[in-house]
Amino acid sequence: MHKLIDSMFIREFDNDILNQKKDSAILTVRNKKIAFTTDSYVVSPIFFPGGDIGSLAVYGTVNDISVCGARPLYISLALIIEEGLDRFVLSKITSSIRDAAKRSGVKIVTGDTKVVGRGSCDKIFINTSGIGEVYYDKLSADSIKKGDKVIISGPIGDHAISVLSKREGIKFGTSVKSDSAPLNGLISKILKTSSKVRFMRDPTRGGVATTLNEIVVGKPFGISIDEKELPVREGVRQACEMLGFDPLYLACEGRVIVIAAAEDTPKILKAMHQDAAGKMAKVVGKMSSECKGRVYMKTIAGGTRFVDMLTGEQLPRIC
Amino acid sequence: MKYVDEFRDRRIISRLAEEISDAVDLSHTYNFMEVCGTHTMSIFRFGLKDILPVNINLISGPGCPVCVTPNDYIDKAIWLANQKNVIVATFGDMVRVPGSRSSLEKERSRGAHVKIVYSSIDALELARKNPDQEIVFLGIGFETTIPTVAQSIIIARKEKVGNYSVLCGHKTMPEALKLLAGDENLKVDGFLLPGHVSAIIGAKPYEFLAKTFKKRCVIAGFEPIDIMQSILMLIEQKKPDIAIQYTRIISKTGNKLAQESIRKVFEKTSSSWRGLGVIEKSGLKIKKEFRAFDAEVKFNPKILPGKDNLGCICGDVLKGIKTPLECKLFGRLCIPENPVGACMVSSEGACAAYYKYRAKENG
Repeated sequence: MHKLIDSMFIREFDNDILNQKKDSAILTVRNKKIAFTTDSYVVSPIFFPGGDIGSLAVYGTVNDISVCGARPLYISLALIIEEGLDRFVLSKITSSIRDAAKRSGVKIVTGDTKVVGRGSCDKIFINTSGIGEVYYDKLSADSIKKGDKVIISGPIGDHAISVLSKREGIKFGTSVKSDSAPLNGLISKILKTSSKVRFMRDPTRGGVATTLNEIVVGKPFGISIDEKELPVREGVRQACEMLGFDPLYLACEGRVIVIAAAEDTPKILKAMHQDAAGKMAKVVGKMSSECKGRVYMKTIAGGTRFVDMLTGEQLPRIC
Repeated sequence: MKYVDEFRDRRIISRLAEEISDAVDLSHTYNFMEVCGTHTMSIFRFGLKDILPVNINLISGPGCPVCVTPNDYIDKAIWLANQKNVIVATFGDMVRVPGSRSSLEKERSRGAHVKIVYSSIDALELARKNPDQEIVFLGIGFETTIPTVAQSIIIARKEKVGNYSVLCGHKTMPEALKLLAGDENLKVDGFLLPGHVSAIIGAKPYEFLAKTFKKRCVIAGFEPIDIMQSILMLIEQKKPDIAIQYTRIISKTGNKLAQESIRKVFEKTSSSWRGLGVIEKSGLKIKKEFRAFDAEVKFNPKILPGKDNLGCICGDVLKGIKTPLECKLFGRLCIPENPVGACMVSSEGACAAYYKYRAKENG
């Protein structure tokens, strides 16, 4: 995917804003900074424990704006509906979108609806775009320094396992709910607390491992993470053990990775713990002088290993 | 997680590392082969090479079933997936394995019918739900997975599920070990034998390794403590023997019920292993009385002669003669996204393990 984006899109549409490859484009309009982003949602199944495609489409865009230090305000909604989709299903999704927008404090201000023939899409696909007002413009991967800490806002992989278990009809020891949630409240608390937050990103596709690799690639330092500190719920661990997955590569939809100066970490954690979305936040690693440009992990056994980007999709193993 | 966390206890792992360190003779290099792909993955995932003395050399063996599946098997699966009204149901690892000219994943993107399932029983369920489609399950794997495939065929016959069949590519482990143990190029002092294969077959089928080939052997579990303890047991083994570390799962005689279901459905045949060639009596085929469920008989897949993947040294990697780092394609032309050899595809493959988890000094 990264290769495709770089070789096909970044090269073709080459411009100073796109080339920054941020979660949202930061635009300056009459001296005001605005964050603008778009995302499409094709999740299957459309309803899963802890969420559905509608709320996911709102939170995903809200979060992409929020991690850029912007207050999400307005959202567009485009629906591609497969012919024959039950009206009741559609109404459940629109109610969910309404509630999610209310919870996130954003307005849905424009939209589009297309109906396509049976088989041309899988029930419903949603695209949302959003704009927000930048209130903190110092977030940049370039400001990260050696010694900075890596904080994660909560347990990882819940969303991926929730969707997978519903899709495949697999039950694990305990049921896992998606972590899908808006992060704008939590992020504004973090940014109010500290002026030494360097960078934030939500670890969606490719999970924590891929996000950390994106952050560190080409940098004169590495990221070291500590396996024993990684927050992973019991149900997610069980699913990973059974299917041969690594939780580090599982998508989250309501978690944020915060890179901040070590001295501010305690107060940032304190602020995060006061918000429902950050109750289980913890430090999982730091920027280290070893292994420049790479992510490596101290394992629970006391050894170390590299943590690379996700390539392709994780495939369930044979035995 | 119960029965997992106990075997990942850092203090016990450190103590075992110290004991291993005390037990080794520094003037000697110990070459131990971990036979199973899950062992390889675990060693890398937990970074165990970092905490072992430098004179212990762990060599990855041929115990990844996906990796030893030859090109022509994949070619047949691709042929089947392209037939009208046929759905190929498979374990996820298989879809990216390159055949002679393509892979199931590439064919799926061109419209071939491939569905990932988690067990043969899921494939059987797919057949029940789609009576107007033929469901072909890719029967890949060693003794660990064979009993469940045997059971799916037994149930299909009992329930008269006529649209279910298996493309049998099953292999058995002891014959491959015999070939390796007798290979003069391979300097192995001892084997970490596969825990889950042994859960089915027990310890007896390996006795030739100690008696004939004078190799030290320990049947090992897959958690860090299992592997560390097994290495210690190999070092401390006075004379060649088949010891069992994985006692919470393994008995000397294995699982009789599972063995019986294998015998009921399958019979021995020679089998082609990627990289190792044809090994006598190392494979299984579906018995005549169950031929209605044998995809090979039912569809007679028509394939062109197989082609090897040029430059790929998977064969030598599977034999433990070379490490993935010695391959010119490794990490350049052969990466998990675009694998040339099967060892890069499967999450249990040695090349995938080296690529994904390689220790810091290799990077």
